[in-house]
Amino acid sequence: MSEKKILLLGNPNVGKSTIFFRLTGAKVIVSNYPGTTVEFTQGYMKVGQGKDVVIDAPGTYSLDPTCKSEEVALHMLAESDLVINIIDATNLERNLYLTLQLLEKGMPVVVVLNMRDEAKHRGIYIDVKKLEEQLGVPVISTCGLTGEGIKELIECIPQAKAVKVSFSNDSERWKKIGNIVEGVQNLSHHHHTLLERLEDLSIRPLTGIPIALGVVYCCFWIVRFLGENIIGYIFEPLFTKLWLPLMLKINALMREGSFLSRILIGNLIEGEINFGQSFGLLTTGLYVPIAMVLPYIFSFYLILGFLEDFGYLPRLAVLLDNVMHHFGLHGYAIIPFILGLGCNVPGALAIRLLEGRREKFIAATLMAVAIPCMAQIAMIIGILGSYGGKYVVIVFSTLFVLLVIKGVVLNKVLKGMSPEILIEIPPYRIPQFTAVVKKLWMRVLSFLKEALPFVLLGILLVNILYSLKIVDFIASAFTPALTELWGLPKEAIPVLIVGFLRKDVAVGMLAPLDLTVKQLVIGSTILAIYFPCVATFSVLVRELGLKDMLKSALIMLTIALAVGCFLNLIL
Amino acid sequence: MIVNLIQMQSRQKGIVVEIRGGQGMANKLCNMGLRPGKEITKVSSQIWGGPQTIEVDNTQIAIGYGMAQRIFVEVKE
Repeated sequence: MSEKKILLLGNPNVGKSTIFFRLTGAKVIVSNYPGTTVEFTQGYMKVGQGKDVVIDAPGTYSLDPTCKSEEVALHMLAESDLVINIIDATNLERNLYLTLQLLEKGMPVVVVLNMRDEAKHRGIYIDVKKLEEQLGVPVISTCGLTGEGIKELIECIPQAKAVKVSFSNDSERWKKIGNIVEGVQNLSHHHHTLLERLEDLSIRPLTGIPIALGVVYCCFWIVRFLGENIIGYIFEPLFTKLWLPLMLKINALMREGSFLSRILIGNLIEGEINFGQSFGLLTTGLYVPIAMVLPYIFSFYLILGFLEDFGYLPRLAVLLDNVMHHFGLHGYAIIPFILGLGCNVPGALAIRLLEGRREKFIAATLMAVAIPCMAQIAMIIGILGSYGGKYVVIVFSTLFVLLVIKGVVLNKVLKGMSPEILIEIPPYRIPQFTAVVKKLWMRVLSFLKEALPFVLLGILLVNILYSLKIVDFIASAFTPALTELWGLPKEAIPVLIVGFLRKDVAVGMLAPLDLTVKQLVIGSTILAIYFPCVATFSVLVRELGLKDMLKSALIMLTIALAVGCFLNLIL
Repeated sequence: MIVNLIQMQSRQKGIVVEIRGGQGMANKLCNMGLRPGKEITKVSSQIWGGPQTIEVDNTQIAIGYGMAQRIFVEVKE
């Protein structure tokens, strides 16, 4: 029997992903829907002897699409064999609209009534048997949080059936829904829970803004604390105690200064292997992504996953909507910025959440210039931190000031209006441990898969460029501009070249150059601004189109030139 | 008394009577559960022309200031 395609479909924020992670095994793939930048998750589920494909579709309110991701959901529907329609017990009426549309399509459907416990807290009781009778398809009640009902759901999937219903217009649909809801739902009074009070506090400006500042501060503190300790207690000892002796043995086997030893181990710094500065594939090539960057990536995505599942981010978007309007964006644009702090690639992908061309252009240009990714942040702190926190602050506040100036200017210069926010704010929910861990695992894995090859390629490229004396050639052409304007030595040329590949590696390359603190500050700031890394660039080209991306890149290069000169003058 | 969303006080309840705007806006709002005849509760409004948050059927929705100006609600005096 061939594998079936099962689609999880439902409104946004109904707990689809939690159910998805409960249904599928460890092997989960995130991919883009062909021809779009809409991301979806796919996994496998064991059914009897074989296994079925399970797809987590983007959240959608109806089958009449109002945005790109709803269109994708519709396309996916056409390609699937069976639909698990997840509905939110706390808002039966709105959720049933999609259910009716699915039934009208004649799709085999199993309805999952999720958030039953949450509904109970809110004083909503739903008669599942009656709902099943009314809809004519199986209805399973679940609680994604505890996993209750998942087993029943799996057993019920083969019983999915199609019923044919039809309505001539919307008001008939709403009437039918009204009848169903009246028949199956019982309301009683409920007391406010602690989480609901917290929801209230975090959305009112008077209390919400201090809470937001506190949350952001705490997050950065935790990320730093976790990152530093993972490096100090795990990776640093691992590399110095276990990896270094091995490297020394390998090095002893090769002729000193030979091409192979330069590529694999790199240059010896004062006669010793220096993981940060030697620049061999097996030394710096593994040390930078794994020991310096990975711990921060891990901690960042852990905290981000928690915030996402808790439901905090939409509230932050609402609180910041005002500020973002001055940049020609609405509050939701904070999401690509926050994701961009982890890695610019998911940040660039999230730009699809924004609707207009103008908005996308502004958000992309701002993010690529002023939001350094966690890998880069880790390296900047690593390289400048030892000179004192002051210099780290200079780099990041320069980036922040740039963000503000550029946002305001772009908003003034570009024709058009900033669009208005319209988002659903999900209730706070205690994140489910396995869902957070699985998401973290997926993100860390994709970092390693994407970053590691680029880091190694970058380091290989540097070594080849040096060996073939190409660097000297390019350097002699650009040196006058570089030294006159930015005060950087000609050795900084390969750094800028590698910066296209991986910014973290490029920042690391500044270390062995014997630069002054001022030059390090200028170098790392320019690296952050001048161009997005190649992975981000390719996503942005797809997202914005080549023409807009070139415009955006021109702005970036101009700003880099100006900021470099400016810092060179005032520092 | 009929007021728009912005004029509503926090924690005040009311019934939506009219949504002035294009079909696109009305459809989007309707998809999110906001349509004439529904009872809503105002949750909060952000300062300086920021978004307004309302609750309809246990779901909270944040609506931009301009859009909120065009949603009219019948409230008790």
